[in-house]
Amino acid sequence: MNILVFVEIAEGKPRSTSLEAIAYAHAMGGDVTAIVLGTADKSSLESLGKYGAKKVLHASNNKLDQPIIQAYAGVITRAMTSENADVLVLANSSLGTPVAAKVAIRTGAGLVSNVVELPDTSSGFAVKRSIYTGKAFSVVEVTGNKKIIAIKKNAAELKEVGGNAQVVDYPVDLPDTDFNAKITSTEKATGEILLPEANIVVSGGRGMKGPEHWGILEELAKELHAATGCSKPVSDMNWRPHHEHVGQTGVKVAPQLYIAVGISGAIQHLAGVNSSKCIVVINKDPEAPFFKAADYGIVGDAFDIVPKLTAAIKAAK
Amino acid sequence: MKILVCISCVPDTTSRINFIENNTKFDTNGVQYIIGPYDDYALARAVEIKEANAGTTVTVLNVGLVDTEPIIRKALAIGADDAIRVNAEPTDSFFVASQIAEHAKGYDLILMGRESIDFNSGVVHAMVGEMLGLPSFSPVMKLDIDGSTAKMAREIEGGKEILEAKLPLVLGCQEPIADWKIPNMRGIMSARTKPLKVAEPKAVSAEVKLKKYELPAPKGAVKMIPADNVAELVKLLKNEAKVL
Repeated sequence: MNILVFVEIAEGKPRSTSLEAIAYAHAMGGDVTAIVLGTADKSSLESLGKYGAKKVLHASNNKLDQPIIQAYAGVITRAMTSENADVLVLANSSLGTPVAAKVAIRTGAGLVSNVVELPDTSSGFAVKRSIYTGKAFSVVEVTGNKKIIAIKKNAAELKEVGGNAQVVDYPVDLPDTDFNAKITSTEKATGEILLPEANIVVSGGRGMKGPEHWGILEELAKELHAATGCSKPVSDMNWRPHHEHVGQTGVKVAPQLYIAVGISGAIQHLAGVNSSKCIVVINKDPEAPFFKAADYGIVGDAFDIVPKLTAAIKAAK
Repeated sequence: MKILVCISCVPDTTSRINFIENNTKFDTNGVQYIIGPYDDYALARAVEIKEANAGTTVTVLNVGLVDTEPIIRKALAIGADDAIRVNAEPTDSFFVASQIAEHAKGYDLILMGRESIDFNSGVVHAMVGEMLGLPSFSPVMKLDIDGSTAKMAREIEGGKEILEAKLPLVLGCQEPIADWKIPNMRGIMSARTKPLKVAEPKAVSAEVKLKKYELPAPKGAVKMIPADNVAELVKLLKNEAKVL
């Protein structure tokens, strides 16, 4: 089985979710080739071998430094053919998911997104995906020779399995018509841990009483190398930016640890966090429904508990 | 300008999810259906554009069986002019995209939500774009039309991308692209007589077939820690949950 993995680059380095896509492909047990588009440093491309890529195709044309979906879909469709790939694996993301959809139409492949586990190939090719915003799963059979799997975070365990990969230059023709959008600017928090990729998330709700009180959550997040999130009312009131809104209609997270402070736990919020491995809830209301969905809970005032927690984590290091 | 808004008919966001018939069918018992929340934003933006640009029409399209018609009428009450229902169960993204593409020719803007909140695939807009040879973008959180150019903001991990593209376009939308609209009495009255065309689906061969549904394993009981012993929580996170 030949597996192609699309690896996204952010600030010159492969995204952690893309490393999981390589680990997923490796665990499927095939020959894994990664493809990287745009400028990236060679050592980080070679290091993709650690997670199981044998070969890395590098389409280094700097026109691909801008993530134009149409152009990316063109290059990856070509690579599926040139590498004779049976399966394309990539991470669900604002770039990966639409690219997967376009490549699926162009190659006639069966596409499954939101995949949470390795495929069951004991009879056919069955994959499990998350549906109803994390409230359920479906197992689907992908028929047809070509398959595209877009994985959710934590679908595969990230472990080192090899040494350096062979990096091969992958020259591409880029038709002007593929550049069908002009990205005029990108507003992005740099250097911070991205919410969808974070292993630990610290989230605040209305119980924080105002945006000026986020400092204690940011300090806790800093101590834990965590991303910060928030509930829908908090982003609706513009206390925090929209890309931090965790929930049914916001970001769905799947961290190892989710710490919710002053969030009551409406079903719409729970839908965004129910893939978390461990949930800690801090709320002054002992009746807050979030406690029912938590692994650990503390009833108390956020302004008292959170600084103590930060100090306790510091002390335990 | 001609705008097509594709809407999904999905269980209300507060619904409890259960399955029947040996976990092969969604249990509709007691479930309230709504216009997909993201689709609702797309519709609201379409109606805003229509209100600001004389001569603009908004058509809604739904792939669904006859029981989705109350939802379609609600979309008409919110301000769409007419509707198409493709008479089929929306089983999978490729199937739905194929049905939409069949009816989406000739529109300047084809809007829908970033994903349906039942199957969460988030790929229908990109598939429709590809099928029609049009650019597609998602999730679009801001949309302004300037002549034949769409000026947009698209949410990306940790921020947003500001971009422009020429119409016609296919867009997956999300908040805060528009304020949700609630139908008023006049809208509800006029929706009853607006045209709703029913079309039979195009035959599509599926590459992806449902085997079964599953519910997540039930969560164990929460362990409460006294507020004056935060260090105990850190110990448990380290040694018991092993997440630190």
